[in-house]
Amino acid sequence: MNAGPTPLLEVDEVSVRFGAVQALEGVSLEIGRGEIVAIIGPNGAGKTTLLNVVSGFYHPSEGHIRFEGRDRTHLRPYDVAALGVARTFQNVALFKGMSVLDNIMTGRLLKMRGSFLLEALHWGPARRQELLHREFVERIIDFLEIESIRKAPAGKLPYGLQKRVELARALAAEPKLLLLDEPMAGMNVEEKEDMCRFILGVNDEFGTTIALIEHDMSVVMDISHRVIALDYGRKIADGTPDEVRADQAVIDAYLGVAHA
Amino acid sequence: MLDPSLDTFPKIALANAQRFAGRTAIREKDLGIWQSYTWSQYVEQARLIALGLAALGFKRGDKTAVVGDNRPALYWAMLATQALGGVPVPLYQDSIEKELEYIVAHAEARFAVVEDQEQVDKMLHVRDQYPGLEHIVYDDPRGLRHYADPCLLSLQELQERGRKFAQDNPGYFEREVAQGRGEDTAIIAYTSGTTGQPKGAMLSHRNLIATAKSAIAREGLTADEEVMAYLPMAWIGDHMFSFSQSMVAGFTTNCPESAATVLADLKEIGPTYFFAPPRIWENILTSVMIRVEDSAWPKRRLVHFFLDVARRMERCRLAHRPIPLRDRLLAPLGRLLVWGPLRDNLGMSRIRIAYTAGEAIGPELFEFYRSLGINVKQLYGMTESSALICIQADGDVKLDTVGPPLPGVEVQVNPDGEVLYRSPGVFQGYYKNPEATAQTLEGEWVHSGDAGFFDKDGHLKIIDRARDVGRLANGTLFAPKYLENKLKFSPYVKEAVCVGDGRPYVAALLNIDLASVGNWAERRGLAYTSYADLAQKPEVYELIRREVVRVNRSLLEDEALRGAQIRRFLLLHKELDPDDQEITRTRKVRRGFIARKYAPLIEALYGGAESVQVEAQVTYEDGRTATVRAAVRLSEAETFTPAAGPAAAGAHVARTPA
Repeated sequence: MNAGPTPLLEVDEVSVRFGAVQALEGVSLEIGRGEIVAIIGPNGAGKTTLLNVVSGFYHPSEGHIRFEGRDRTHLRPYDVAALGVARTFQNVALFKGMSVLDNIMTGRLLKMRGSFLLEALHWGPARRQELLHREFVERIIDFLEIESIRKAPAGKLPYGLQKRVELARALAAEPKLLLLDEPMAGMNVEEKEDMCRFILGVNDEFGTTIALIEHDMSVVMDISHRVIALDYGRKIADGTPDEVRADQAVIDAYLGVAHA
Repeated sequence: MLDPSLDTFPKIALANAQRFAGRTAIREKDLGIWQSYTWSQYVEQARLIALGLAALGFKRGDKTAVVGDNRPALYWAMLATQALGGVPVPLYQDSIEKELEYIVAHAEARFAVVEDQEQVDKMLHVRDQYPGLEHIVYDDPRGLRHYADPCLLSLQELQERGRKFAQDNPGYFEREVAQGRGEDTAIIAYTSGTTGQPKGAMLSHRNLIATAKSAIAREGLTADEEVMAYLPMAWIGDHMFSFSQSMVAGFTTNCPESAATVLADLKEIGPTYFFAPPRIWENILTSVMIRVEDSAWPKRRLVHFFLDVARRMERCRLAHRPIPLRDRLLAPLGRLLVWGPLRDNLGMSRIRIAYTAGEAIGPELFEFYRSLGINVKQLYGMTESSALICIQADGDVKLDTVGPPLPGVEVQVNPDGEVLYRSPGVFQGYYKNPEATAQTLEGEWVHSGDAGFFDKDGHLKIIDRARDVGRLANGTLFAPKYLENKLKFSPYVKEAVCVGDGRPYVAALLNIDLASVGNWAERRGLAYTSYADLAQKPEVYELIRREVVRVNRSLLEDEALRGAQIRRFLLLHKELDPDDQEITRTRKVRRGFIARKYAPLIEALYGGAESVQVEAQVTYEDGRTATVRAAVRLSEAETFTPAAGPAAAGAHVARTPA
């Protein structure tokens, strides 16, 4: 799967501590361009922390993070996003009072250039720019099949659709790396199937690299090229879905074996 | 009016590109914006598709299967096929593979033009079974990048090949169009078939053009109409309104963005000419009334007050009675405050003519729309008649008729009560099925298969399918559909199947409406887990029993049919579904199939038991099947005799199993 000489993302011996809690301990991993990588592990294994470190929300106490071969261990979330990393959240984080369209448009903010005055007047280059952004957003709306809720307030939608809108907003940023924190949590079977279809579609159609945290093992095994398992802040397995499924350390982590 | 020498649709389209060059022929909403194509663009697109097909080796008489939601490209593909002397075969886009396969193989389609990946997947499977399908052309390339099958081609590539072909063969398209004749088959429309395999009705250009012309003249349609193309392209009605009439009159067809956005798109387009089956009229009403009920009470009161005024006025109008002075005085206020804004909200403020057909429409629904000033009328027709037979005239509308025959159409009722018709729109026969053709066509007359009669004003009234009209064991006339429609007018009953031919009394198998009964149950704090669970609640049986009794009481008014009241009924544990072949895609009950499938249930309805065990197979859209087991209750309902209310015999008295 690794297309270029350098992987898209390299996490090198990263540790994160919150006071006495060791959330991540010397985790190293690589994610290649165009891959779909699932990160699994029991509750508290450090999955979300890993995502937060990659997206610049936390900074590692030790270790390095390289994106497209360049060290950017200490960048802030804003800068990480500008580099081409977008994410969705475990608990949906949409602007509830805004329409679906406006929510997705916020995903384009980093791509917008222009003066405050021209934007305010909606005139000239600002207007042309807005039209281009709107067209891009409409392609995403079409792709994710949410035409019928374009103008609905995001907060009033059913949960499954809110998740989809969040994905749309992340896609609007044209990310190179898309981080999905439990994209199927709380969904019914049909919504999960739809979401799988969209994740595969995003990967296939836009070539977006995807790292996702997911608990539903059938989903993980179905859609990911590679699976990384964490337990107590350490990486315990890294391989194809079949390899990881058969890995004794992973089985122990899920079944619960006493830790020394 | 149109030059009579224009005897095929491609010829008319070429003429339209001249006479309506700059006017909009078709629109579709894409990326949130309405994209318009003029008549010249329409023809140019179809021309390139035709030339592309020619480059692939399309011969006169070849068939093109067309599958997908209503999209301009698919309409162009139909015109392109006709231009080359071929025959388009539109298919229902939600059909499962087995059905598509049957039709594609039966029609011997060498080409298919489809909308997107979903249809491509189905067609590739069809091709595996029927290798005669040589080329599959798709409109939307999304998700198809990695498909390597050599039979696949995007519409863009096809048109590109068409361009090259045109350079090598100048004048090819025009020559092919000129070869077309009015009696050539213009379309093979496969009927959804309430019995057995679908039959392909062949309609000629002449059939469709004559029918379109006569309806356009009668209804006063112009090139300024806006029509919404949102019903399946495989259905002859859509073909008549969105293709045939649009070509002949030159008006604009609008394709919605997706099936889920039809209501919003309706509002944006504001069609002047609109068709909907009763089920959709009902959905539209529900979506609006939910918002009314959610509004603050002064507004709600105001709306209900003026809707009542409107309804009273409409009842007077329908009965040709004078409207009371009070209501006449209130009318301008109602128009200003409620009717106008409501109509606008429905996207119906510009409608001049709207039709309902296919099934009987509920009296309240019909009155509601008419009372708002929306000119909803009933029509009657079928695939074999090029879609149209009877249409109610403006200002002469009745609730339970389908109006007088169109000009040029003759209708008669034979001694068995079956409706026969003949007209220039009568089809050429069923494709490769002379047997079925012989059964339907008697000389020039077509057996409609419907039972009906003319009322005193010359309106045709349809009561049921002719073969379904039967008699109870004691000889009483039994028209199941008539009863079923009355049952379905209840908001709680979604589908109904009545049995009784040769039996001692009438019994009914009912489907509850999950949305409305579910809502009813929630308001009462009645917990349920699934459709099957809800349907078997004693409280729900009591609710439905009251509806059945209401129908029985209303039957008293009808002398011929009053003997056939419903004595026992049950609520089915699953919804009748086209995938299980219980109803057709157009939601018509397939009686024979249901009689076989649910034989144990029907026998139980004529026994004394209070519940019965069932096992049923359900088919998912991907063709997988599963088995559902359930216990189904049986219940009795009161019946009435004209003289003395409830009949005396013990068995007739209401009783719901506890």
